[in-house]
Amino acid sequence: MSNNEIKVEIKNLYKIFGRNPQKHLEKAQNGMGKSELMEKTAHVMGLCDVNIKIPARGIQVIMGLSGSGKSTLIRHINRLIEPTAGEIIVDGVDVLAMSQDELRDFRRKKASMVFQKFALLPHRTVIQNVAYGLDIQNVPEEEKHQRSMKWLERVGLGGFEDNYPSQLSGGMQQRVGLARALATDADILLMDEAFSALDPLIRTDMQDILLKLQEELHKTIIFITHDLDEALRIGDNIAILRDGSIVQQGTPQEIVLKPADDYVADFIKDINRSRVLQLGSITHDGKAESNIILERSTTIEDAIQSLRKANANDANVIHEGNSIGVVTLNDMLGAIERPDATNTGENAYS
Amino acid sequence: MDFLTTFPDIGRQNLRDIKKSVDATFKDFSRSYGEGIEDFFYPLLKFLVFFEKLLINTPWPIIIAVLAGLAWLGSRNWKLVTGTIISFIIIGALGMWKDTMATLAIISVATLVCIAVGIPFGIWMAKSDRMQSIITPVLDIMQTIPSFVYLIPVVMLLGLGKVPGLLAVCVYALPPLVRLTNLGIRLVDREILEAADAFGANPRQKLFGVQIPLALPNIFAGINQTIMMALAMVVIASMIGVKGLGVPVLQAVQNQYLALGLMNGLAIVALAIIFDRVSQQYGKRLQKHREGGHHE
Repeated sequence: MSNNEIKVEIKNLYKIFGRNPQKHLEKAQNGMGKSELMEKTAHVMGLCDVNIKIPARGIQVIMGLSGSGKSTLIRHINRLIEPTAGEIIVDGVDVLAMSQDELRDFRRKKASMVFQKFALLPHRTVIQNVAYGLDIQNVPEEEKHQRSMKWLERVGLGGFEDNYPSQLSGGMQQRVGLARALATDADILLMDEAFSALDPLIRTDMQDILLKLQEELHKTIIFITHDLDEALRIGDNIAILRDGSIVQQGTPQEIVLKPADDYVADFIKDINRSRVLQLGSITHDGKAESNIILERSTTIEDAIQSLRKANANDANVIHEGNSIGVVTLNDMLGAIERPDATNTGENAYS
Repeated sequence: MDFLTTFPDIGRQNLRDIKKSVDATFKDFSRSYGEGIEDFFYPLLKFLVFFEKLLINTPWPIIIAVLAGLAWLGSRNWKLVTGTIISFIIIGALGMWKDTMATLAIISVATLVCIAVGIPFGIWMAKSDRMQSIITPVLDIMQTIPSFVYLIPVVMLLGLGKVPGLLAVCVYALPPLVRLTNLGIRLVDREILEAADAFGANPRQKLFGVQIPLALPNIFAGINQTIMMALAMVVIASMIGVKGLGVPVLQAVQNQYLALGLMNGLAIVALAIIFDRVSQQYGKRLQKHREGGHHE
């Protein structure tokens, strides 16, 4: 991120589900774990002391397996779920202090949402679905139509405006969901496992659409997923959630190179490391024998291709035009080796 | 042993006193408020009379044309339209036209009253679990209590006539509509409601923009049931002075006129089938576009 403006800040957020969450809050705050809380009080720990600073204009991925609390967390940001304790600050304003009217206004104009199962209105046509957020704001007919047509075309569904959602495939339905969220021009886009229900090829398509839109829209996107490849592909920052607590936050590079614990390490062991890791993270001082020059943000996958093509063993790495060091084929092989491959013994990449 | 073989009741004298005092209280109540209540229902009576006269005085070809048109609008099905026309021609030919029109009038007005009362109550019930727990037993009573039992106080209050008949029909025909409206709204997909919330819909926008439209198939099933049950009450309503097909049926029962009973009974059946099919087809058409169908 080129700047450090914080868009959404979550502080000491707790969510306990059960008959009397307030009563057991203190136990959680004093460090009682999820299973112990369940056993002793029959209350379910949804979120435990979550702290995240989400920078503006980036994609923040929140990742975790099912039951880790990620969908609960994203619903706190627009207060579809009320927290047991904590603070949620968006643009310097405490969301939890808002009145019902202020909250509705916040949801209408500041934060829009895309849902895992699309949640389109089956009785409205595609264009009426895209216009839903504008309908609620009583935007005049003419403007409403123009804005929703614009976004429908941007997601590649021009010509389908008079169809009903049930007549579209899953991927197309989610594009309608995306257009509906974009049409309100909210700065914050909350995406709750938005692509998880789609098959892999369509999912990649949708990720491309999102990344392409983001290149020019620069929205603050909070993206929930259980799919690490997806997280690494689109995330500027990733937070990993387990049993309601955050176990690690960082850029994709940091997560892959320095997993905070075994849980994260286990997560990342099967990913294609060469596609995630960039030269910048394995560059060291020195000068290459070849005269190949590669940008610091080149992935190892691409770098290996360049070296093989030129029949070279190393390359100079630059950043913003200045040389920052050298990287050899061997460095790259070391970096993409699976961390649990035992015969090397060493963590060559760290 | 006597104690165990005969139930120790409160005694005849006490029982008689209780009944007497209840009856007396109600008589007083009806004497002092009967007129007011009658006035309250007067507009309804006027509307019912007006509608009945309209149906009876309009030339029969126009009525048949209008009914056929409604059947077409509802079902878009030529077979049903033809069936409707033939049924009404036979009804007219067999001399039951006037009675059928009277029955049509009371069924239509009863259905309108049920919609006006039932849907709001159904919505209320769906919005609050507390209301649901209050209304459900009331609906149970309305559906199971023998009609004659509540006819007694109604007749005491309002006398014989159209309005008590209409009320009796409504008491019986209302519950399915309330229940199905409640059910339909409660069955609306939670995710879709969440989406409405997430886009900042207020309760009114949620109700009219999401909940009612999505509950419409169920509400329609409720209206269909209401019409059917209203038709089932035609004979009982005729006992307290409602004109229509029920009157000859009642006569037939009292005098063992087989043919008369059969003819008028079948006319009620014909009305029921037409109403049922047309409203069901309409309900189906409401849902058609949302259940997929044409995949491109």
